[in-house]
Amino acid sequence: MSFFKRFARNKGALIGLIILLIVVAAAILAPYFYPTSPWRMVTRPFLPPMAVDGYWLGSDALGRDVAAGVMHGARVSLLIGLVSTLTALLIGVPIGALAGYFGGLIDDALMRFTEFFQTIPAFALAIVIVAILQPSLYSIVLAIAIVSWPPVARLVRGEVLSLRSREYVQAAVVIGQSTPRIIFTQVLPNTIAPITVMASLMVASAILLESALSFLGLGDPNMMTWGYMIGAGRTRLIAAWWISFFPGVAIFLTVLALNLVGEGLNDALNPRLSQGEA
Amino acid sequence: MHLLRFIGGRLVKGVLVLIAIATLNFFLIRAAPGDPATVMAGEAGAADAEFLRQLREQFGLDLPLHEQLWIYLTDILTLDLGFSYRQGRPVIDLIADRLPATLLLTGAAFVFSLALGVVLGILAARRAGKWSDSAITTGALFFYAMPLFWIALMSQIIFSLWLGWLPNVGFETIGAGYTGLRRALDIGAHLILPATTLGLFFTALYARMMRASMLEIAGADFVKTARAKGVHEGRIVRRHIARNAILPVVTLAGLQAGQIVGGAVLTETVFGWPGIGRLMFEALAQRDYQVLLGVFFISSAMVVLFNLITDVVYRIADPRIEVGR
Repeated sequence: MSFFKRFARNKGALIGLIILLIVVAAAILAPYFYPTSPWRMVTRPFLPPMAVDGYWLGSDALGRDVAAGVMHGARVSLLIGLVSTLTALLIGVPIGALAGYFGGLIDDALMRFTEFFQTIPAFALAIVIVAILQPSLYSIVLAIAIVSWPPVARLVRGEVLSLRSREYVQAAVVIGQSTPRIIFTQVLPNTIAPITVMASLMVASAILLESALSFLGLGDPNMMTWGYMIGAGRTRLIAAWWISFFPGVAIFLTVLALNLVGEGLNDALNPRLSQGEA
Repeated sequence: MHLLRFIGGRLVKGVLVLIAIATLNFFLIRAAPGDPATVMAGEAGAADAEFLRQLREQFGLDLPLHEQLWIYLTDILTLDLGFSYRQGRPVIDLIADRLPATLLLTGAAFVFSLALGVVLGILAARRAGKWSDSAITTGALFFYAMPLFWIALMSQIIFSLWLGWLPNVGFETIGAGYTGLRRALDIGAHLILPATTLGLFFTALYARMMRASMLEIAGADFVKTARAKGVHEGRIVRRHIARNAILPVVTLAGLQAGQIVGGAVLTETVFGWPGIGRLMFEALAQRDYQVLLGVFFISSAMVVLFNLITDVVYRIADPRIEVGR
């Protein structure tokens, strides 16, 4: 069965993929629908949703269009989700691969290091890093990457550990391939499937983490983000629930879509594992 | 005595982790833009040149780096977490005031999420494929994807502003002067919304894990044996499957303690709960780095302690389990 057929057999995954495509489209099309900055005041403040044509999601305390903010926010969320996941992979994959391939003392030392980072309360560490380095795109990406690489390292270590005793890897050792070459051409390509599944779930949690940081006021001050909008609407909750409501729905749908796609990828990439499942 | 040696080993490991975290703190504060003295004094205004000079002397900022680190570590391990110039009090006092509220909140959220998650997971696994399973699984999927602070805000709107069932913010009714049981009930009513919203994400997580774990164990040989022997189905689920299935979930729950403590920052901020999470948020707004790092250190210490307790309880409950790694 082809990859896509196996993926599409999971209905949830298909729904997730559709939602995700809509979010990506919103991110790409935001500047065409709302060419002016989402920070600009365009109408009267506290406009309820659906009250006036063109402002479907209402306006916030400063008369900014909530719909414009939600669409522009999609850009930031997806960008930070992707970049911080890639950064986390860049830290986690080498550490896991080295630990799993060499074993012994190197494995011990690297895994202690990984465990240490798993012990620290992730969100508190992210807050401290962003607060101290000052909120910016870079510090947020760095903080999210630093708190999310340990599971990657553990996953890759486990995979590499079981792969390195396979016959074809042993054969590569016997014919005298260099260690880096074995790791990069024999071992790591076979870990791509589980890493892909994990990465799609990591983008989801990175988006949640970013929204929580900007909710607390630690977002990049130049970027309109979903978390910032929810935080800004918090004090006017009674008068204008919609300011906080719609960005939250956007986060929920995006994260849900990514989780569903992740499960679908898991089914499609590990067909043997999922057969027994109800 | 194996157990004592085990606990001793764990304690040493915990202290090593705390020293590592303190070291991380030390370097973090030096990663901040500007001189650590200005950072410690709080960025804006609070410091004139004389005061900064005094700070540099006090923290030995003119000494070599390793001596500074040594001073910092000995300070922090004697629980001297510095002084908040913003609030005019030692950081440890500020934290000690707020810690009980956080322990109450996170403890309640932990118990709530673990109990409900396990029960829902068992229900879903027993009815695998039926509509009640789908309902639980879908619910778990949804709550797993919602931002915690957003759930908190929405439940605030629905349950306290619209329906008026539960108090909106705070730890207790201010000025009511309740005592004894009446006060406990009042605090309990204030606790429901924050603890539930903090726990929901983890409920979803544990329910999903419990369901998967139940389905996995249900196929094990000893379950088939029990069934072949004619053991009553309810008893198989209770004694044979659920008891074994719960172990990995409890392990995960122990590991997740840190996430609950972190999530408390958001819940306490939304509900005005006077715990260390709220303190962290206030410190954030005032750029009070001493308090920020102090809270970070203490919450890490809480997690270390929590993991230690889980490990020991585990070891006693199930001696087969190798918790060495």
